[in-house]
Amino acid sequence: MSVRALLETRLLSAIAVAAIVIVLPLFFPSGYYYRIGALVFIFALAVVGLNLLMGFAGQVSLGHAGFMGIGAYAAAIGPVHFGAPSWLSLLAGAALSGVIAFAVGRPILKLKGHYLAVATLGFGLLVAIVLTNEAGWTGGPDGMAVPKLALFGWRVSGSDEWYWISGATFVGGFVLALNLMDSPTGRALQAIHDSEIAARVLGVDVARKKLTVFIVSAMYASVAGSYLALFNGYITPEGAGFLRSIELVAMVVLGGMGSIVGSLVGATVLVVLPQVLTVFHEYEQALLGLIVMGFMIFLRRGIVPSVAAVIAGWRK
Amino acid sequence: MAELLQFVFSGLTVGAIYALVALGFTLIYKASDIINFAQGEFVMLGGMTTVFVALAGVPLPLAALIAIAVTTAVGIALHRFAIAPARDASPVALIMITIGASIFLRGVAQIVFDKRFHSLPSLFGGDPINIGGAAILPQSLVVLAGAAIIVSLFWLFIDRTLLGKAVIATAANRLAARLIGIDTRRIVDFSFAVSAAIGAIAGILITPIALTSYDAGTLLALKGFAAAMLGGIGSAPGAVVGGLILGMIEAMSAGYISSNYKDAVAFVIILVVLVGMPQGLFGRAKIERV
Repeated sequence: MSVRALLETRLLSAIAVAAIVIVLPLFFPSGYYYRIGALVFIFALAVVGLNLLMGFAGQVSLGHAGFMGIGAYAAAIGPVHFGAPSWLSLLAGAALSGVIAFAVGRPILKLKGHYLAVATLGFGLLVAIVLTNEAGWTGGPDGMAVPKLALFGWRVSGSDEWYWISGATFVGGFVLALNLMDSPTGRALQAIHDSEIAARVLGVDVARKKLTVFIVSAMYASVAGSYLALFNGYITPEGAGFLRSIELVAMVVLGGMGSIVGSLVGATVLVVLPQVLTVFHEYEQALLGLIVMGFMIFLRRGIVPSVAAVIAGWRK
Repeated sequence: MAELLQFVFSGLTVGAIYALVALGFTLIYKASDIINFAQGEFVMLGGMTTVFVALAGVPLPLAALIAIAVTTAVGIALHRFAIAPARDASPVALIMITIGASIFLRGVAQIVFDKRFHSLPSLFGGDPINIGGAAILPQSLVVLAGAAIIVSLFWLFIDRTLLGKAVIATAANRLAARLIGIDTRRIVDFSFAVSAAIGAIAGILITPIALTSYDAGTLLALKGFAAAMLGGIGSAPGAVVGGLILGMIEAMSAGYISSNYKDAVAFVIILVVLVGMPQGLFGRAKIERV
């Protein structure tokens, strides 16, 4: 593919996603749908970051909710304990997540496969345990209220306002991720994914590239965590817990590893499904489990890559 | 001294359960390269089924046997209906299937059973025995003895039976195993059955001490997985040692540091060990072919 064609597809998919964000509300029957939409974009933002790590660099993380937790509590603790504005606290949280990802990532990214999985899982648990036990700062297991986001005197509180903010941020994060993957760093990451040793032989600084993408993905998760906290107005340590980490990984895998569009699809499915399934009351969890299993058995490469393969098959 | 002994006993008891869960992870991983995140649900099913069958008036030992049989059947069904149809999928997709299965089993458990906490009476009463100044529950000794028996049986089976050798052969090289006439699919089927049975037994043993509920499996799966990785994935002695070490660290840090931070201490130590020994305590490095 020529550089120009590449630029065009990148531009096209960015425009397509932006168009979805803008057009979708025309079909919303009620304000409730803005809320679901905002949740989808917030989770999709975290999932895009995690997909960079899992789908492109081939490194798994079972602790990404830890970074979401850091972002969430930064957005709460900044205004409550330090009187800092929410947006500044959000940025501080993202910076802190980046620093922590750097410090943690340096030693543990040497680990491979399931060993990396258990190390990141341990990291996520540590964050959740600290948030649960430092009650003086975090309100402990009961959590704490998060002051509303105020931007230049504009208090953001409605679901529709959050829909536009999170939608715009998602499009920004989406474009950034696409650009990153077409950069030399992105190509190096894909080489690492295919074969770490081969990449090293070709002169790729494997440790450094992995660390870079780990930091980037941590910052995506942190910003998403801050948004979720500000949007919901309340946080508990559960949002940093193991099940949330698993949920993020499930969104990546379901949508399709290595497919940035897939991140949006995966987040949409797993945010919307539980809302739909509530009509089945106590059967909700069992059905959710069955559907996840079904998707992975029949669309094992993830929704977007599997569907794309089917369409490519028709064209032949 | 009595205090230390008390902590050692509680560490060994919890550690023995972690070891059994880790052994379940290890067996399935050995036979199929799959990390089965529904392993914790086997433990939950063992405990919960025993509780409810016993409530229906069945004597406790018989209820326990029924629970083991039910859980084993669930293990086989998990393999036949969810894992086998996706056999050539990527490892991540297979792990996601087991995670889906664990959500499903939790969901079914809250419908079939309920959402409350349950306990079982101990067969040997609830009065603590005094050993060297430490008060030990009789059930703790049952847990330790039970775990020791299962681990020995497991070792005898792997080391001394033809079927055990077939599991080792399948773990070493699936294609070569098939070439010499081993039905590897049946071996994987079998390993799911045995893992489920081991999990169920762990669940039955621990319920008189630790209570059980429909969602008790998540935390146990997490700890068992960590123990298996600490020992080195795919190594049965590693799983047992990893489980005991994990239980011991938790008990010691709960006793001497802070019970709020016992899991934190355990995971910091796991992180430090893995950074120093990236293949776990008993694991061997895989050589990547370029």
